Parts: sequence; C-alpha cells; structure tokens
Amino acid sequence: MLVLTRKVGESVKIGDDIELKVLSIDGEQIKIGIDAPKEIAIHRKEVYLAIEQENSAAADTSLDLLNFLKKE
Amino acid sequence: MNIETKYFGSMLVDENKVIHFVKGLPGFQDEKKFVLIDFPDNPLFQILQSTVTAYVAFVVASPYHFREEYTFDLGEQTKEELTIKTADHVKVLSILTLRKPFEKSTINLQAPIIINVDALKAQQIILTDDFSARTPLQTEKARVE
Repeated sequence: MLVLTRKVGESVKIGDDIELKVLSIDGEQIKIGIDAPKEIAIHRKEVYLAIEQENSAAADTSLDLLNFLKKE
Repeated sequence: MNIETKYFGSMLVDENKVIHFVKGLPGFQDEKKFVLIDFPDNPLFQILQSTVTAYVAFVVASPYHFREEYTFDLGEQTKEELTIKTADHVKVLSILTLRKPFEKSTINLQAPIIINVDALKAQQIILTDDFSARTPLQTEKARVE
C-alpha cells in the first residue's frame, strides 16, 4: 500500500480524474472530499461489505426455508 | 434455453428474458446474467436465478408490498447505465434473506435491484438513505390470502 502524508487542504490525485482532498481533521475523524467521474461508485467500505455479506446470506437460502413462502 | 436452477432443477427459460447485470452484484461480481422465475404458489415472490451458476439464486419481492412508503431517488448515473428513459420501464425488487424462524427474515431495502424491463439491464444499487439491509420482513404480509 502506498502511504502518503497530507495536511488539511492538501490532496492526492489518482490517475487523471480522481482527487482526494483532506478537508478537515477533528480528533479521530477525518473529512475527505472526493472528486471523481460519476461512473465511479464510491461507498464507505463497511456499507459495501455489509451488502456483500447480506447478498451471500440471501443466496444461502435452503429449499426448506422457501417452503415458508408457500400458501398455507 | 435450458438452465440449472437452485430450487427447481433443470428449467427451460426464454433467452429473450435474460436480464443483464453488467457489474454483477456485490459479492457476485462475475454473475451477470439472471432470469426471474415466478415462485409457484405465491405471486408475491420471484427467484432471481443466475443462468450460469445454479446455486446463485435470490428470493426477491417488490419492496412496496412490504413498505408502501418506500421511496428513493435514482441517480443520473444509474439511469444512464441502465438506459432508463421513463419510469414505466423501471422495476424495483428487493432481495429477501429468509431465516429460521420465518419471523426473523429480512428484506434488503438499502440495496434494491433496479431493472430496466424494456432493455433488460439491471443493477443492484446501494442507497445512501437511511435504509437497512436487514429490515425485518413483515411476515404477515408474505402470505397470500
């Protein structure tokens, strides 16, 4: 992993189109501004991982669970 | 064409009804072709079945059946990628996670599946709104009268 040190107001360019800027630091919280083409999806990593995990759990449905959906 | 399904064995599906997920789904990035199979005995549910991998299948339903007030804005980017021009072409589905006991089942309102039913292109989008990927399913609404 490439590690760079930045101060508030400084940024990092990734390729030609993406810029990450450190906007402010407040204790342990760092506010980051991202300029990227709109076709680049940007999510907090834990949100994306949670969706991955939920999709995996959903795909894990066994046939007997499906029976719950049948008319009774 | 004939495909292997997770729940219904080998099945004949209409090739012209294959839905293309250009980016796959989170956790299933390589799965790009799916079909919707009506769930026997309960019209509220469908199975979103990969045409390539039998075990990749999701139970899906309209989120509006469970949450009438569910609304979100579709980003311009999604509209472009799915070539959505009018709302008539859009179908919204949510993935269900069925659990034992059934009352613990949940519906993913945070990451709905958006389908352009006309172009047969789809995407699972992640909303930034305050919806849960594990919203409790109102299971009493899951039964057909």
